Amino acid sequence: MSAPTTRRLEFIAVAFIAVLLIVVFPLLNSYGIISNFTLNLWGKYLCYALLAISVDLLWGYTGLLSLGQALFFSLGGYMLGMHLMRMIGDLGQYKKPIPDFLIFLGWTELPTFWKPFSSFPFAAAMVLLLPGLVALVFGFLAFRSRIKGVYFSILTQALTYGGSLMFFRNDLLMGGNNGFTDYKFLLSADVRDASTQRALFIATALTLVLVYLSCSWLSRTKLGLIQRAIRDGENRVLFSGYAAAGFKLFIFVVAALIASVGGALYVPQVGIINPSEMTPDKSLEAVVWVAVGGRGTLVGPVIGAIVVNALKSWATRAYPDLWLFFLGGMFIVVVLLLPGGIVSIPGRLKTWWAHRTAASAETATPVAS
Amino acid sequence: MTTRQEKTNLILAVEGVNKTFDGFKAITNLNFYLDRGELRTVIGPNGAGKSTFFDLITGRTKPDTGKIEFGWDTDLTALNEYEINRLGIGRKFQTPSVYSEHSVWENLLLSLKGPRGVFSTLFHRTRSEQRDRIDELLKLIRLDAKRDWLAGQLAHGEKQWLEIGMLLAQEPQVLLVDEPAAGMTDDETHRTGELLLSLAGQHSIVVVEHDMAFVKQIARDGKVTVLHQGTVLCEGKFDEVQSDTKVREVYLGRGKHGTR
Repeated sequence: MSAPTTRRLEFIAVAFIAVLLIVVFPLLNSYGIISNFTLNLWGKYLCYALLAISVDLLWGYTGLLSLGQALFFSLGGYMLGMHLMRMIGDLGQYKKPIPDFLIFLGWTELPTFWKPFSSFPFAAAMVLLLPGLVALVFGFLAFRSRIKGVYFSILTQALTYGGSLMFFRNDLLMGGNNGFTDYKFLLSADVRDASTQRALFIATALTLVLVYLSCSWLSRTKLGLIQRAIRDGENRVLFSGYAAAGFKLFIFVVAALIASVGGALYVPQVGIINPSEMTPDKSLEAVVWVAVGGRGTLVGPVIGAIVVNALKSWATRAYPDLWLFFLGGMFIVVVLLLPGGIVSIPGRLKTWWAHRTAASAETATPVAS
Repeated sequence: MTTRQEKTNLILAVEGVNKTFDGFKAITNLNFYLDRGELRTVIGPNGAGKSTFFDLITGRTKPDTGKIEFGWDTDLTALNEYEINRLGIGRKFQTPSVYSEHSVWENLLLSLKGPRGVFSTLFHRTRSEQRDRIDELLKLIRLDAKRDWLAGQLAHGEKQWLEIGMLLAQEPQVLLVDEPAAGMTDDETHRTGELLLSLAGQHSIVVVEHDMAFVKQIARDGKVTVLHQGTVLCEGKFDEVQSDTKVREVYLGRGKHGTR
């Protein structure tokens, strides 16, 4: 198949799924055909899909296995969470105009850094700015020092672990181990309302489609070519006059922003954010989604995030103790038997079929002659 | 001492360079001068420091002491790999280093001379003269018919040629070529030699090679440098070098015992 044909096919598929997610699902929900619970669950999966794309942009496309993407996802969630906490107003348990956990810690007034988060535009800007800045500083130091391979993975894992330890502390004034919850309003709409949840689902689906299309465009630019060239032969890139560190930093920041937006959309839909979302095993889970779906493609992470999490929703109810064995087993099976993930299955079947027909034609010939 | 007048004709000057790795002296007091447009062949037994020599020039490793200058005023020891490449020094690796998951065409596109920044590549559009240049290179390296192949699918010799093409796409002033004939058939080796000879003059070229027939083909009347234990053992025309007793002892002579 020629490149323009595959591109047209891809575009048709994306348009079809976009209409399905952005129009059909919410409509079916408003008529009660899809339950609020199901729609909400899918909203969560789509947020995870954003996190998975962020992992794959680094791992599958640039060869940088980041085990710290959950940090950026959580930071985005926390930034919007701060605004949601401010929107509770004086409807909390203590009926005071500041978040309950602050009262509990003995505060009577809002700490200064909390004040601007009463503004939605400010919180929305911080969703991009804070994780972007963390990624910029960390990435600059790591890539300048040419940290790569397993060392990069370990460092990113340490980064998110450090983040979670920091957020677990009460004196960070970010809610400690309970995090933020009990949200009431977002943009003057009740977040618990079915219509608000539907709007959040539509926003998530729209974001996912836009991120998908942007990444698809990015992968076709010359920068996208260099990105994959770094993965396959970083030396050649350096000795061809490209400052590989700059390219890696750019991708690292873009990936952080995607994860962060996913996290910001996730928090009002699940109704809670706490530091356990930042722990390294959350990042590792995202890596498994990408591996299962198929890394180095853009559809793969989306499929992986949905399939693995749908399985998780089922397994944690049916076999709650066995879920982690499921997850680990899935990873091993994919690595050993299906390195290309789910998306590689059609291609494999095609080659298998071609071999089979070729083989049967061969065995048939002597009989005919 | 070289006078300023002589220096203007120099493109690369390596003077008094030493490099030690964990107590092992890889390069000892190395002096090496390359003229503009010259085709120089460097030979030497395994471990003579040939690859380290290239690493030092291209910024992959830094010398402990000594000077490495490009032209007669640019200090290469202060620059890193991509800065040195941008000055116009291209390097071909011993094992072909191409982007195996990219097409032959894309491999050349990424190598074409042009802006190397993050944002200029993000908004890059390939112009028609760039396409023409890639077509030209594809013909030169005889991969025209395989332009859409993934580089990883090419035969070893073809990869070597692709990498040479990628080097030429960068329009470098100096080409450092590490064992270009490795893994090639006799015919391919000969053609590679012809290609390098045709490039001399417009480019200054240093070729590191093991294959003596190939060295003889490309050295012609040019200089051959023999490296031994990280330093220049002898320098001269192919015949002079071949008849040099020291060289025969350390390098050519060893061939008789089959231990080269």
